[in-house]
Amino acid sequence: MNPFVAIDLPALLIAILASIACALPGSLLVLRGQALLGDALSHMVLPGIVVAFLITGQMTSGAMLLGALAAGLIGAGLIALVRRLTKIEASAAMGLVFTVMFAFGVLLLASDAARKVDLDLNHALYGHLEAALWLEPAGWGDLLSPAIWPTAPRPLLLLVPVVVLLALAVVLTFKELRLASFDPDYATLQGFRPRLIDFVLTAATTLAAVSAFDAVGSILVIALLTCPAAVARLCTDRLSTHIALSVGFAALIAVAGYGSAAALETSGSAAIASMGGIAVAVAVAVTRLRRRRRRETPSAAGPGIDPDSAVRPLRPGSV
Amino acid sequence: MAAVWRRASCRRWSADAGGRSYPDRIGMLDALLLSVGYNTTVATIGAMLLGAAAGPVGVFLLLRRRALLADAASHATLPGVVLGFLVSLWLTGEGRSLPFILAGAAISAGLGVFCVQALQAWSRLTPSIAIAVVLSAGFGLGVLGLSYVQTLPIAGQAGLDQLLVGQTAGMRLADAYLIAAAAAILLLLVVVFFKELRLVAFDAEFAAAAGWPVQRLDLLANGLVLVTVVVGLSSVGLILVVALLIIPAATARLWSGSLDRMALLAGLFGSLAAYLGASVSAAAHNVPTGAAIVLSAGLLFVLSLPVAAVRQRLLAPPVLPEPPP
Repeated sequence: MNPFVAIDLPALLIAILASIACALPGSLLVLRGQALLGDALSHMVLPGIVVAFLITGQMTSGAMLLGALAAGLIGAGLIALVRRLTKIEASAAMGLVFTVMFAFGVLLLASDAARKVDLDLNHALYGHLEAALWLEPAGWGDLLSPAIWPTAPRPLLLLVPVVVLLALAVVLTFKELRLASFDPDYATLQGFRPRLIDFVLTAATTLAAVSAFDAVGSILVIALLTCPAAVARLCTDRLSTHIALSVGFAALIAVAGYGSAAALETSGSAAIASMGGIAVAVAVAVTRLRRRRRRETPSAAGPGIDPDSAVRPLRPGSV
Repeated sequence: MAAVWRRASCRRWSADAGGRSYPDRIGMLDALLLSVGYNTTVATIGAMLLGAAAGPVGVFLLLRRRALLADAASHATLPGVVLGFLVSLWLTGEGRSLPFILAGAAISAGLGVFCVQALQAWSRLTPSIAIAVVLSAGFGLGVLGLSYVQTLPIAGQAGLDQLLVGQTAGMRLADAYLIAAAAAILLLLVVVFFKELRLVAFDAEFAAAAGWPVQRLDLLANGLVLVTVVVGLSSVGLILVVALLIIPAATARLWSGSLDRMALLAGLFGSLAAYLGASVSAAAHNVPTGAAIVLSAGLLFVLSLPVAAVRQRLLAPPVLPEPPP
């Protein structure tokens, strides 16, 4: 048995796929100024997962997905309701709803019924990336035969179709996403429905958060939704490049984080989340240095044109 | 005769005590009357003082539109909590020393807020992105530290886990006194600086024009938020402590539009939620204190929603008929 294929490969693949699944909707959330919706969603799905778990009594992906999707959408609806009823600002309404829903989830988790089955707060917060083992393939050669694929760890089997689905959705609705994100008024005039896109994006984020949740926990989900997209945001102003870079950085952060966790023998999901923060810090430092250097040595393009100006707002025309 | 009846009923009660519901109900009443152990009572009073202070601090936080900055700060306390644990282990040989842990939490929460502001100032990242990045990276670093602490061959790491969702039951007396004293000082600071905080939160430009040191007062307001978060760690827990700032303030907004009344009401709701939550969690088994406090605060909010509807109807200007086109 090859220890890398049995232990590290499944965890690494799960980390990469979870990062990509989260980076796809996350890149759009970051552009639309909704980064904290990811924070709220990853907290709000907890009661849905626990309720589905208590009803079915086992960790089946289908029930968990349905419960979490329902909780995420109910939470999004509650946030809108609270905003309409109280006229408090969006982030406060979010904070109100997600803390109450998370507290409800924590209460359910602490109940006797949940203690009987194998789910606790630590699992929900940090996931169990290291628990994914794939003992069936004896070595690299076995991975090529399709007969062995269905024996892969459950989170991996869930993440592969989710990543394909989300990637297809982004590619197929790219034009609509672009229009609805940058100019919702014009989109409405053209007959699109930005509210529908909002709804679909919320559902997609919930789907990504849930499929990653089991493997990596809710805190890492927030990191994966935000950090790769934040790094990409510092690198480009084109929507297509932004999404592609987010996905690329997500995979890089997952590999670097998991690698350092394996070297230090520590928690993989926490190391990936920390690596996300380090990536953002490095990106901020690099863009700042580059900007300063540009300013010192005027470019050949002449004065007044700063191709990397970090204060240039993202406009529909620049996409 | 009466004695016989009493003895019989005593026997019946003690036979009942094997069942689940009965002792729970007695325990709940005891807890609501603050009579389940001295330590828990001190901790509950500490939580109430904290709730009373967190209410007005939250009102100002909401007015300054920084509700979730407190969320980033509270998640960013975790690395400091772990470092405080390790430092106290190194100095005193025992890790579970609350003063060290809280000092570490305060420093790392302050660093977290600084990082949020630095990310905004040094790049084009928006506040919400900066908050989400600091929140997740800070918590990730903290969990890395926790997983290191768990490999140490010492006892007492379980106390660190409790800081995630809060637990007042079983708190040591010295810790309960520390929390209660810190909460009382926080409440005092809020009362003393109320006028200044109101000025900055309400109209910072006017305050600056009138010669107030706005930046320093802003720092003071942020500092009070940080202290609230740190003091709340042991009773509400770092994941949910932001709720104690947001929910009572939002509830008070339903009852009144005047800032002074909102601050007072938010303090009342905050301390009521802390009292209910801490009591319920002390009496019922398996109820984390933080979750109970947040759910109590949420319940108060939901119960207050009709008030807002009535107020809006009473205060709404008369509807004028549409002019003909």
